[in-house]
Amino acid sequence: MGVFSFKGGVHPPYNKDLTNSKSIVPANLPKELVIPMSQHIGAPCEPTVAVGDNVKEGQLIGKSTSFVSAPIHSPTSGKVKKIEERLHPLSKKVLSVVIEPDGENEKVYMEPLGDDPAKIDAEKILERVKEAGIVGMGGATFPTHIKFSPPKDKPIDTLILNGCECEPYLTADHRIMLERGNDVVLGARMIAKVLKVKRIIIAIENNKPDAIEELKSLSSPYDIEVVATATKYPQGAEKMLIKALLDREVPSGGLPMDVGVVVSNVGTSAAVCEAVRDGKPLIERVVTVTGNAVKKPGNFLSKIGIPIASLVEQAGGVEGNLGKIIMGGPMMGISQPSMDVPIMKGSSGILLLQKEDYMTLDFRACIKCSFCVRVCPVHLLPSTLSIIGEAKKWELAEKYGVNDCIECGSCAYVCPSKRPIVHFIKTTKAKLREIKAMEKK
Amino acid sequence: MEKEISKVIVSTSPHIKSNETVSKIMLSVIITLLPAVAFSIYLFGTYVLLMYVVSVATSVISEYIVVKLRKRPFTLNDLSAVVTGILLVMVLPPKFPIYGVIIGAFVGIVIGKQIFGGLGHNIFNPALIGRAFLAAAYPVHITTWVAPRIGKISAVSGATPLAAMKFGGVVTRNLPLFLGTVGGSVGETSALLLIVGSIYLFIKRYIKWQIPVSIFITVAVLGEIFHLINPVKYPGPLFHLLSGGLMIGALYMATDMVTSPLTGRGCVIFGIGIGTLVIVIRLFGGLPEGVMYSILFMNAFVPLINRAKPRIFGTEAVHEK
Repeated sequence: MGVFSFKGGVHPPYNKDLTNSKSIVPANLPKELVIPMSQHIGAPCEPTVAVGDNVKEGQLIGKSTSFVSAPIHSPTSGKVKKIEERLHPLSKKVLSVVIEPDGENEKVYMEPLGDDPAKIDAEKILERVKEAGIVGMGGATFPTHIKFSPPKDKPIDTLILNGCECEPYLTADHRIMLERGNDVVLGARMIAKVLKVKRIIIAIENNKPDAIEELKSLSSPYDIEVVATATKYPQGAEKMLIKALLDREVPSGGLPMDVGVVVSNVGTSAAVCEAVRDGKPLIERVVTVTGNAVKKPGNFLSKIGIPIASLVEQAGGVEGNLGKIIMGGPMMGISQPSMDVPIMKGSSGILLLQKEDYMTLDFRACIKCSFCVRVCPVHLLPSTLSIIGEAKKWELAEKYGVNDCIECGSCAYVCPSKRPIVHFIKTTKAKLREIKAMEKK
Repeated sequence: MEKEISKVIVSTSPHIKSNETVSKIMLSVIITLLPAVAFSIYLFGTYVLLMYVVSVATSVISEYIVVKLRKRPFTLNDLSAVVTGILLVMVLPPKFPIYGVIIGAFVGIVIGKQIFGGLGHNIFNPALIGRAFLAAAYPVHITTWVAPRIGKISAVSGATPLAAMKFGGVVTRNLPLFLGTVGGSVGETSALLLIVGSIYLFIKRYIKWQIPVSIFITVAVLGEIFHLINPVKYPGPLFHLLSGGLMIGALYMATDMVTSPLTGRGCVIFGIGIGTLVIVIRLFGGLPEGVMYSILFMNAFVPLINRAKPRIFGTEAVHEK
């Protein structure tokens, strides 16, 4: 079998050996958990509990009546201490439920639906995915039940489970595939049942041969293809993955369902499995705590709401001259001003980096080296977009396809002038949205 | 720990950067030019070394003065002024007067680059702007050649192989052309050393490879066509490739990142344009050599070429309006 790949992309130092042999260990609970009512793309939830209430693990604490939303559950048993605005990883304050764990570990899970997809109604699985508050755990945090209910005119023929984990440093998905491969495979079969698809592909970058072997053997009784893709960033971007595996291009402005595909992260698949089989809502996730400013990097099974400071402490604490706190990976993660923010459903990693020279915010004029043009996986002219963005010519940027940018950061990674290309592009997109909103009024 | 946290940097992703820098690219260009530079000093004598020193010094000082006057951030460490200084001498005749070198370097840096806003904003190759100015200002000096210290002196005393061909109908053999033991501008004569030097730039992809390749192919094909039409009057493709400023032009001047197109396809158009103009000027123009003007001419088209966008992922045809 040839190696599946795409045109463009970069090869940053992966640094996965810091944690890829570290088994997932459950993280200890700190004195308080902070659970933001917005952990997904879509409408925020309203708290369904009040200060002083006793809650149990798995109890619903937030929901929304909006279509695009996902309910939120208490990660542990304890007492609601406060309901107030707290710092959110997207650098804004968001209404959050603060829970003080009582250490009793009392659970109220939903009714288990069994472990044989053939015997469970597709509708029941879908309903369970919704009730369990599952969102895309690769970082996009789009409510999963919506992704799994495409409109009738978009027939789906293939489910791709994304185990590429192309972001450097992160190994959470890798460990999930190794340690919870059965859940991943069972979850995939459940999702396939919902989508009524025959073809299931599990895609893993070829730098994880052990995970490929493990999933191949676990999925051998079923009609599931496990394929190795090239190790190249951003192989795990769904547009690139679909192109590599099926040679289909998601149309500009479109979604994978437009080409008959649903892509789901392997962690999401494991979460679907737990929700259906065990009745367990999405209240915890695997988080890689890593980087050269962390004493003992590792993979943690963290409850949602644990402040990252607590996880870092459990990973041995900070070492050296801390330069950056990043939630997510180094290429697309969000840099944080402090460690007070909590782990959310989409937090795949906490990355602490030593202060380095390149972190300076200085940059030069574009020298048209075209390195960025070569690596752009969606074939844009990032250099031109950065110049247009710098000159604040928002409308011109639209003609150069700025909205097609997937913000993977390959361009800014290779730029010898160290231009913050993604920053310029994000700003341009935001300005264009503002202009569109103004025009509507 | 609080103290450390207060110092963390918050910025947009990505949070890691490759180790490529502008200075590193320029330093690589300088190092890969050194074999040809050393050979030129050997070939034409120590006066050439003086030219290099003066040209580089003038370039750096001019850049420094302009940057200070414009109150711009200090950019000398990008080494681009050094590259301009070296390249200018490489395309000048070996006995060019020192005051001319100073003027050329000054014009190249100030008018060729800084007036446009500095490195990255210039439209034309600064070294070639310097040379073009000198060609207009000192038409005699710019065509006064000296014989190399080694190799056969061509029939027309001290003339370059191209001039010998154009005005004397004498075609220099390919081996000395390839090795560089012929008359010509200071650093342009040895195709061998220029090619060897540029290999590293190809490997590191500091050169947009489509440019030299399309220039070579265009020159070879057109050269061959005219050679077939009239073998007595027009020399063969190898002569065109190895003589004059073609090698240094195609490998080091046309490939100047700032003044060449962004996309591979754009670079091919750019290269074909240069190659065609070179042949037209050499065979039908009044001058024996046309590499400099061909590159400058095509530099002017780069902003236009760059308006052609590649097909964006997930779109049918080229994205227009």
